[in-house]
Amino acid sequence: MSRISRVLVVIASGLVVLMFLFPLWEIGLIAPQYPEGLSMQIWLYKITGDLKTINILNHYIGMMPIEPEGLAELRLFPYIFGGLAILGPLVALINKRWVLHVATACVFATALLSLVDFYQWEYRYGHDLSEDAPMKFEESYDLPLIGTKQITSVMASSFPEEGGYAFMGVVFLYTASSLLNLKKKRR
Amino acid sequence: MKKVPKKLSSLTYVMSLALALQSASGAAESRLASNAAQKVYVEPGKYDEFYAFLSGGFSGQVSVYGLPSGRLLRVVPVFSVNPENGWGYSEETKPMLETSHGFLPWDDAHHPWLSQTKGIADGRWLFINGNNTPRVARIDLSTFKTMEILEIPNSAGNHGSPFGTMNSEYLVASTRFSVPIPQKDTSIEAAKFSGSISFIKLDKNSGNMEIAFQLLVPGISYDLAHCGKGPSHGWCFFTSYNSEKGKTLLEINASKNDKDFIAAVNWQQAEKCVASGKSKDMKANFAHNVYDDSTHSATSTKLKSVKTLSLTDCPNMVYYIPVAKSPHGSDVDPTGQYFVAGGKLAAQVTAYSFDKMQKAIAAKKIIGDFEGVPILDYESVMAGEVKKICLGPLHTEFDDTGHAYTSCFVSSEVVKWKVGTWEVVDRIPAYYSIGHLLVPGGNTMKPWGKYLVALNKITKDRYLPTGLELAQAAQLIDLNSNKMELLLDFPTVGEPHYAQAIPAELVTKHQKKVYLLEENKHPYSVSSEDGTKVVRKGNDVHVYISTIRTHFSPDNIEGVSVGDTVYFHVTNLEQDWDIPHGFAVIGSNNAELLVMPGETQTYKWIPKEPGVVPFYCTDFCSALHQEMQGYIRVSAKGVKTPIKFGLGKTL
Repeated sequence: MSRISRVLVVIASGLVVLMFLFPLWEIGLIAPQYPEGLSMQIWLYKITGDLKTINILNHYIGMMPIEPEGLAELRLFPYIFGGLAILGPLVALINKRWVLHVATACVFATALLSLVDFYQWEYRYGHDLSEDAPMKFEESYDLPLIGTKQITSVMASSFPEEGGYAFMGVVFLYTASSLLNLKKKRR
Repeated sequence: MKKVPKKLSSLTYVMSLALALQSASGAAESRLASNAAQKVYVEPGKYDEFYAFLSGGFSGQVSVYGLPSGRLLRVVPVFSVNPENGWGYSEETKPMLETSHGFLPWDDAHHPWLSQTKGIADGRWLFINGNNTPRVARIDLSTFKTMEILEIPNSAGNHGSPFGTMNSEYLVASTRFSVPIPQKDTSIEAAKFSGSISFIKLDKNSGNMEIAFQLLVPGISYDLAHCGKGPSHGWCFFTSYNSEKGKTLLEINASKNDKDFIAAVNWQQAEKCVASGKSKDMKANFAHNVYDDSTHSATSTKLKSVKTLSLTDCPNMVYYIPVAKSPHGSDVDPTGQYFVAGGKLAAQVTAYSFDKMQKAIAAKKIIGDFEGVPILDYESVMAGEVKKICLGPLHTEFDDTGHAYTSCFVSSEVVKWKVGTWEVVDRIPAYYSIGHLLVPGGNTMKPWGKYLVALNKITKDRYLPTGLELAQAAQLIDLNSNKMELLLDFPTVGEPHYAQAIPAELVTKHQKKVYLLEENKHPYSVSSEDGTKVVRKGNDVHVYISTIRTHFSPDNIEGVSVGDTVYFHVTNLEQDWDIPHGFAVIGSNNAELLVMPGETQTYKWIPKEPGVVPFYCTDFCSALHQEMQGYIRVSAKGVKTPIKFGLGKTL
């Protein structure tokens, strides 16, 4: 492993630590009665924001309540990302290319699985609607995975927050680190 | 020739005199600004620049307007019951209207006073007097809710109140009627009357009121006061009338003397006398009512004693200064150097100098004595006279450029004059019969002299007629140029007796949006629907009921019989701004409840007939508001139907 690659993965671990301090993702809703907007922030281990109001509004369309206590991911993520936080120094210490590449693969897998998991929750919330919903405007409500979208009277947005950007940085740093080591091997 | 009725002829005389005065000092033609509409237009969705707090006079409440738009923002219930939101009807708010005379549903609210820090309005609290049954109320401006009402003993007509000191140390309350103190049965003719001036101490942090001491003063009628600031801090200046001590036909008998008195009161001297044990505890009976936003309940305490201070026990505390006859109040200019008073029945306003007063006291320029109160020589205290200012000068407020504005009731106008030269520089008519006026901060050391609001008693032809009972009005006048210009006039709630205004941001910055559920310490509150229940205690049935969009929990209740008293303790579980829920039961001898997010309020209901009785939410809360309803079963007297309750299931 090159010196620079080792530095990069240690920096990546620093970014993982930052992910504990900032929200990963934000979902925003702007409705006629909420011009100031409602929002919820998804963290590694909690969901904050106007959750109570969002749940009250969602119950009209039969959406199940978002209950952070019931989400296994929020209990699991601190361990997974805790692992990622020690991964960098570990990889740098072991100082073996194949270890680095496995680590990069792990980081990619975590990123991909997180996105898939986020998507499946969005899908579930938007599609598993109660039969007893007082208001049945649509068959289903699909939040954008990323971006903004008008859903009936609500303008919904879904964007990464600081923690999410930090994770992108982690992915980038491991990718760069691995690529730098690939080149060396070919020579 | 027909005999002209006396009253009419004197009215004609007054009017012609008014005209003469006006033509002497420039015609008071109607002056509407050419771009008036533009100046008062506040775009939909945009905020006004100032909050104006108008007393409701005989409505007993305070109405809140935005300036310059003149939009009514809210009516804050204070001394009068308000079925609109349950003020004085809910179990929690009933104690707020307790007095030594029992529960009173009404009062006459005259003078709002905004709390001050360093002589500047700070936007924390608004105080207002109850005139009829002497009381002072405190409204918290973070919630626009009346949080405290203190009754004033030994007072009869709390008109001269609640003017405060520059750091909100004290509020004053003077008695308008002198009466026997203590009260006793005696012939009116033989009765020996006393007056009282109360100083109410304010707690720096909570704003809580306590009567620190009462001065027992000669039995004439005391009126509005303003307290000194800057150099004159430590003194308050009250006007008085009826130095004739008339007890009947005051219209004539209190208008005989050419001069009445300003009572200059050195409250720091009074403080010293009280501290050195010169005061006496007098038996009294008065109510002190405090609302607590954590228990969402008021408690009323009856206090039994008050500290009084007599003039003989504390000399050099009160001086009388002659003033043109029948004044309505004294006002202190922003520098704190001058205090001014107009004689309602004279065409003159006098400005007195605080420095000159101090010198006159030191040099003993005393011309006499009124029941033990030294009378200072007028010339020695007077700084200047605004001569022939108008007819019926009442009240004066100030701007930030050294001008004063005096309201004139008889000639129905506002007169602008220069402090220091005492010259009239402008005048503008008021429609009609102006009483008080306001300049935002115009009674403080920092006026925001952009606008003036004239508070008028009579509207007559100003608006579409509404039968015999007509609205009273406020008129917004632009002070931005040399010439005052009329911008807007708008009808008001009740009588806009006096008002104060303040830049909006001083109030908006500490607005509360919801009560936090986890801070709700009401003994019958619930923190979630899981806690809702129905509990019987003898013949009382307590329903712990919650509201959230869009249902009550429980909404089906059984187990109540005729003969029971039902208490619905309604907790609004919402934690979102502007989502109150309401509550009402068919046929109830009660007003509705409006319950704010996170709050608990109790609705007392005595069922009279067996049946299945509906209740519903009265505040349009959401798209399914109409569906927010429930039933309570009432069984016949003596029938013991078991208690059952639920939501979304068969009982």
